[in-house]
Amino acid sequence: MPAKKIIRVLIAKPGLDGHDRGAKTVAFALRDAGMEVLYSGLHQNIDQIVSTAVQESVDVVGLSIMTGAHLPISARLMERLKEDDLNDIHVVVGGVIPKDDVPKLKEIGVKDVFPGGTRFDVIVDSIRSLF
Amino acid sequence: MGVAKYIKNEKDAIEEVIYQSGIKVKPIYGPKDLEDIGFDYEKDLGEPGAYPFTRSLHPQGYRSRAWTTRQYTGFGTPQETNERFKYMIAHGQTGLNVAFDLPTQMGYDSDSPEAEGEVGRVGMAVDSLQDFDTAFHGIQFDRIGAGLTINAVASIMLAMYQATGEKYGFSKDKISATPQNDILKEMIGRGAWIFPVEPGVRLVCDVIEYSVKELPRSNPVSICGYHIRESGATPTQEIAYAFEIAKVYIDDLIGRGLAPDDFVGRFSFNLNVFGNLWEQIAKFRAARKLWAKMLKEQYGVKEKKNLFLRGLFGGGGSGLTKEQPENNIIRGAYYALAAALSGAQTTALCSFDEAFTIPTPRAALLSLRTLEILMDEVGLRDTVDPLAGSYFIETLTKEMEDKIIQEMDRVQKIGGMVHAVSTGFIQREVAKQAYEYEKSIQDGTVTKVGVNKYTEGEQPDVELHEYNDSWAKTQIAKLRELRRTRDGREVVRSLKDLEKAAKDGSNVMPVLVDCCRAYCTVGEMAGIFKDVFGEWKEPRLF
Repeated sequence: MPAKKIIRVLIAKPGLDGHDRGAKTVAFALRDAGMEVLYSGLHQNIDQIVSTAVQESVDVVGLSIMTGAHLPISARLMERLKEDDLNDIHVVVGGVIPKDDVPKLKEIGVKDVFPGGTRFDVIVDSIRSLF
Repeated sequence: MGVAKYIKNEKDAIEEVIYQSGIKVKPIYGPKDLEDIGFDYEKDLGEPGAYPFTRSLHPQGYRSRAWTTRQYTGFGTPQETNERFKYMIAHGQTGLNVAFDLPTQMGYDSDSPEAEGEVGRVGMAVDSLQDFDTAFHGIQFDRIGAGLTINAVASIMLAMYQATGEKYGFSKDKISATPQNDILKEMIGRGAWIFPVEPGVRLVCDVIEYSVKELPRSNPVSICGYHIRESGATPTQEIAYAFEIAKVYIDDLIGRGLAPDDFVGRFSFNLNVFGNLWEQIAKFRAARKLWAKMLKEQYGVKEKKNLFLRGLFGGGGSGLTKEQPENNIIRGAYYALAAALSGAQTTALCSFDEAFTIPTPRAALLSLRTLEILMDEVGLRDTVDPLAGSYFIETLTKEMEDKIIQEMDRVQKIGGMVHAVSTGFIQREVAKQAYEYEKSIQDGTVTKVGVNKYTEGEQPDVELHEYNDSWAKTQIAKLRELRRTRDGREVVRSLKDLEKAAKDGSNVMPVLVDCCRAYCTVGEMAGIFKDVFGEWKEPRLF
């Protein structure tokens, strides 16, 4: 991929949770880092997230999950992407994620995990390193 | 408490202090400062218990009565929640603050596909009256007030609470409930909205109107600056936005033919104690004064008690950190101190493990003890508004007051709160502040102990509340059994009545009570509203 590629990111809030302070601040940070950022808005299901990701041709989907349901939700997204042959879309996850769950998320194909409080530069570097 | 910016010189001496509200603090305050702001004891403070209530709502403050403690509680099935309620009450808690799971808050039954993975996770699962019967079994409805932390479907939960109370022999004039019932703040922060703005506001005001007429001991709305602040707003925005939201509800109720004196005394607030200690204290004192002045001068409210800014001043979760989590115990104690020095009527703290998940019983109890220690050991009940007359606090209170008025004017200039929320103006303002704050933590201009100063590498684990998958199974089995055994004709009849009321604009509350008695489910009742009102499309920020 050329070095100057502008990375397109969809920050998505799956499920019923409405706490989106983290999602929005990370969206600001990625935009300030030169990425093109879309924010899905609240209460999205996996179908909606995948269809937005395809329509907007994003390179990365960042799931923001605060309720503790990150394992089942992320697993569903990864399965859907596989089924639809969308393996070139990278998935990262942020939110209230206990450290024991980080390897579990990576096992199912999540590229990186950003528990609350992760520095913006760490998130930016990690996403850039995917390309 | 860590949100102010400190500009220091090379010797680590502080050269400038800037509060989140933008106020610069001087190293020394004196009589000249009070002169400069034209400080007038009668006009600016008044005696405790006298207009404009800057000092206190009650003449004797905590001397006559300590604050009510109301930890946010609820998880799993109604059975687990009932046990936790009784545990907290047995340990001295004086009110309840009920947490509902997300499917309930969003109007889904536990067996709907949307509920998968969320049943009983962040609060108690509720599908029908039988769940309230279990959750509130053995609770004295006439003595323990219950905060119902729910908004989009607050009407349904209040109806259910009334129906349960009546089943247990507490008539509707005896029960004391505080449904949160503030949909506009859900649209700004917290995000548990369902219906568009207009029907959302209508449901809020149906609950208030009904309570004013039928539930004399209930406080039908709790306007939440709390969540607006948690979402990133500054302390002055928190109060300004809460007041602008309150004005929307007041104007709607006036439009229904009610006089402000009939209902404003039943409004309460849920405000956030997170931030610089002095800024918080000044914020609450300014807020009490401004609310009373606004009601008196703009709305012609006459009755003294109706001018009270009553409510819960609760320790903010956004101040807590995952790093060195035990530090959150200490933070909680300082937030509680700020609340006590501000004359909080009701209070609660986020527990130290809530940066991770909902609290264990031990952590929740520790929060309760923190509050009790302040009242019973430290001396916070000794005298009313002990900081009154301080050159610094009075100057700051006046400055906060001016800033709050400025923020309210900004909202008015763009057409009021309904417009400001519908267009995403407020959401953008708040998100921007959250981003600025986060950057200042990351670049170190705002200090957070354990995060960007005095850090320690790997953290020890703390014991956490664990989600149990069996709760969802139990809840779903119970719901399915109910659907088989209830009187289906009554369900259909009452839901038809609900649809009619939703469509013709009459108050939905009496019909909702009827639906609850017929064991209609939350999903069925909210489903009627979704069909009639549709769902909100939030304005795009990105």
